[in-house]
Amino acid sequence: MSKKTLIPIGPYHPLQEEPELFKLYCDGEIVRDIKWETGYNHRGIEKLSESKTYDQVFFLVERICGICSTSHPFAFANAVEEIIGVEVTDRAKYIRSIIGELERIHSHLLWVGLAGHFLGYNTVFMWAWKYREPVLDLFEMITGNRNSYAMFRVGGVRRDIDESKIPEIQSVLDGLKTKTDLLAGAVMDDPVIHARTKGVGILTKQDILDYAAVGPTARASGVAIDVRKDDPYAAYPLVNWKVITAEAGDVFAKAEVRLLEMYESVSIIEQCLKGLQKSAGQDIALKIKEIPEGMGMGRAEAPRGEVFHCVFSDGSNSPARHKIRAPSYVNIATFKKACIGQTIADATISLAAVDPCYCCTERMAVAYDSKSGKRLMNARELTELSFQRTSEIKNKLI
Amino acid sequence: MAIDLFYFFVFPGLIFAAITGAFLSWFDRKITARVQFRKGPPLLQPFYDFFKLLLVKETILPKMGSPVVFLLAPVFSVFGATMAGVFILLPLFNITTGFRGDLLVIFYLLTIPSFSYIIGSLASGNPLASVGASREMKLIISYELTFLLVIAGIIMKAGQLFDLNSIISIQQAGTPFIGSLSGVLLFIAGIFCLQAKLGLVPFDMAEAETEITEGMFIDYSGSAYAMIKLTKYIMLFILPAFIVALFMNGFRLEGINILWAILKIIVVVLLLTLIRNTNPRVKIKQAVKFFAIWMNLIAVIAIVLIAFGY
Repeated sequence: MSKKTLIPIGPYHPLQEEPELFKLYCDGEIVRDIKWETGYNHRGIEKLSESKTYDQVFFLVERICGICSTSHPFAFANAVEEIIGVEVTDRAKYIRSIIGELERIHSHLLWVGLAGHFLGYNTVFMWAWKYREPVLDLFEMITGNRNSYAMFRVGGVRRDIDESKIPEIQSVLDGLKTKTDLLAGAVMDDPVIHARTKGVGILTKQDILDYAAVGPTARASGVAIDVRKDDPYAAYPLVNWKVITAEAGDVFAKAEVRLLEMYESVSIIEQCLKGLQKSAGQDIALKIKEIPEGMGMGRAEAPRGEVFHCVFSDGSNSPARHKIRAPSYVNIATFKKACIGQTIADATISLAAVDPCYCCTERMAVAYDSKSGKRLMNARELTELSFQRTSEIKNKLI
Repeated sequence: MAIDLFYFFVFPGLIFAAITGAFLSWFDRKITARVQFRKGPPLLQPFYDFFKLLLVKETILPKMGSPVVFLLAPVFSVFGATMAGVFILLPLFNITTGFRGDLLVIFYLLTIPSFSYIIGSLASGNPLASVGASREMKLIISYELTFLLVIAGIIMKAGQLFDLNSIISIQQAGTPFIGSLSGVLLFIAGIFCLQAKLGLVPFDMAEAETEITEGMFIDYSGSAYAMIKLTKYIMLFILPAFIVALFMNGFRLEGINILWAILKIIVVVLLLTLIRNTNPRVKIKQAVKFFAIWMNLIAVIAIVLIAFGY
């Protein structure tokens, strides 16, 4: 084996907005091996959730991710409603789906822009983000917030969408369609983009199954996995839409899937708006007095894939245990498969292609000794270890 | 002697080329911003950038590697670019040097900034910088042949004349070289060479921000980085000026023609800006292929056309 160079991506790197560390062991420009380290961003949300009431947890989980900030409340609502065993009204379902799909559009537009930026195509970056702006304005009109919408509650939603707002939403959607056409044209037909993304970072169907990848990452490799179809929730069984898949599994296929999904989302929202007109007069939220004992699992299709929330209730006003699995947690692992053997230039875009979100992914692991069942590292030991490491580094520097 | 120093440091050398280049850099950034629906920087932004780096920011030296080479390389790049600038700009401003082979000297001098970057970045001992340097090296190898072919084509068109003065006067007497088919082909190849020489997208892989975090320049800071910025400003002026001299009959410095001269430079810079804003960055392998096959082919076709008198 020849000597390898370590090319770090992170802890702070222009490729990613969040802290993480990928160590690429390179032979010239070719990546031979990678290691990844996270843990810069852990916030202990699952633990925090146990100290909050069910109403407060919605605002907490909304802040897990800034971009797909409605998918976590969505999944949490599904989980809690499973414990109670209620189904929300049609009107609430439509409103939930509208919010979920608008979020998908804005998240995919954001990704297209970032992917352009990673390829050095800053014009696409700026244009995509400009086109995303009306969507955020729409959010502000509907929910009062451009981000972190605070729309969900147990048993329904917090705000209604007035009949009077529907034409304006429709006009934004129409504008969005032409803009998506323009963007899709610019991306899909550009020969240089083809040269940069086709055949790059290929994930085969088997890889997807091995790594249990979800969302657009899986769909771009021909695995039609989508929680909205597989485990229908909210208004998705009430409207007509199809799961977009592509076969190639490369970066281009992932871009294609995301761009085409935006059209599907627009069509879902349009149908939901019609549904809103039909379900006029219904309550937007059920009156929930208490949460019974039990366990509930909720899933939602976030823009990046399946979000999974598992909630244990002991009958009190806050969850006894709250487990979250975000899509990036499984998707980031596919990077190892996608990038080994590629050049550095390809590795960066294949990492970006799964649209990783590190703050969703951060976990804390607790190790127990398998024989005695004793916990191996407690807080004090970890703190001491940290002091020891710091002093070692200090000595080295001096 | 005194006049030579004046040529080098004041006009048309260091100060003049740097100031013009800084304004062109503002123009490039402003156009980029307008293309991207942004507002863009104020007119004096390049000067703010430069003087902040030069006077305010501290210069951090890498612990590994050689600090002397690391710091000298940017200075060499400035001098190389200025030297090339003097040789390009003197004939453009109708100052005869009496030097009969300046075209080839310009060709060599124009590579000095790139080589200085490579040497400086390798002296920093940073792995990302070494990746950037290796990319820049491959890029130089690929575009330099094309650039030489373009110059060879121009020399043939001018009737085996090797000096910029006569090339400009031939065009001013007849038609500019871009007015023929072979001229257009050479111009296309030349523009792409400029793009690569200036390190603009799609050929900015040596400093690819999102891959290797500015690659070659990752360890430069403060006044050392200011020197690199200065080189970039100078190159952004002298390379388009060189293209104007080779293809668009240079400058005529009386009356309304001064406006034309400015316009020509701006058109070339605009072309570079538009190429950089409508393309993603290519991989180094693709760039090498692009120059080695397509651009060389275009240049050779143009030379064959010249031989047949088109």
